[in-house]
Amino acid sequence: MSGGQIKGGTSLGRVRGLGSAKHGSQHWLTQRITALGNVILFSWLFVSLLLGDLTQYSAVRGWVAEPMVALPLILLILSVFWHFKLGLQVLIEDYVHGDAARIVALVALNFYVFAGAAYGIFAVARIALTGTTAA
Amino acid sequence: MNMAGNRPISPHLQVYKWGPHMLVSILHRASGDGLAIVGSLMFLWWLGAIAGGEASYQAFLNIIWQAAPAAPVAAPGAVPDAVAAQTSLSVTNWIGRIILVGLTWAFFQHFFSGLRHFVLDTGAGYALKTNKLWSMIVVISALMATAAVWLFILGRAIGGAGA
Repeated sequence: MSGGQIKGGTSLGRVRGLGSAKHGSQHWLTQRITALGNVILFSWLFVSLLLGDLTQYSAVRGWVAEPMVALPLILLILSVFWHFKLGLQVLIEDYVHGDAARIVALVALNFYVFAGAAYGIFAVARIALTGTTAA
Repeated sequence: MNMAGNRPISPHLQVYKWGPHMLVSILHRASGDGLAIVGSLMFLWWLGAIAGGEASYQAFLNIIWQAAPAAPVAAPGAVPDAVAAQTSLSVTNWIGRIILVGLTWAFFQHFFSGLRHFVLDTGAGYALKTNKLWSMIVVISALMATAAVWLFILGRAIGGAGA
């Protein structure tokens, strides 16, 4: 380690200037914050779905249309899609080898996450803003 | 180059001795990825079906859960049992229910395992016996919670008329 005879310098010398300082913990921290959001929001959603009757359309729609349901649902979509973007990103970085394949997979992941979250938020907004009776 | 060739490389899955800590780690990733891919699609499908109106929601139910009864049977002496009045389950209903059971398990596994990670983040729970114990508790409680939820759903379907 201390020798430094290897071409390209010491281990420290070779990594200097390559990594961005101060942002190293961003991914880790965001994953934890969204995880906490998921704990709260999914506890609520899971119990609500379990206690309700999901086969009754008007009841389900009326429930989603309530402001204090639609709003947490939108927060849940933001939290969970962000969280799983971070999780799948790590999976891709670990298992998809080769620069081209990895970049394609990461771009596809980003497209899916944004498109999926937008679809979900739009669906909730449409339900909430068009009322309980609109078809 | 020279250095990289001589360095010890990390042993991989086949040379590790399986243990609860390792199982819970790989299950955390597997359940998380399952939820992210299958769970998110199911969730978006459900939301889109609600937004699309009653017909689209019924189409969703027909595929995933169960087809609606064809028509209200008004025959005298008809079986009052709601379960009997409904149509039988199709292949996709069975697949849908198996996926839902799987998602329920993945949800609890990832949830409990995630709570374990919050504890580990504080620096606690790394002693060998403690780590092993809580890894086992996570796996077992996820299975038990999944069983409890589906027994509850099953019990309501059989016991309650509304299903």
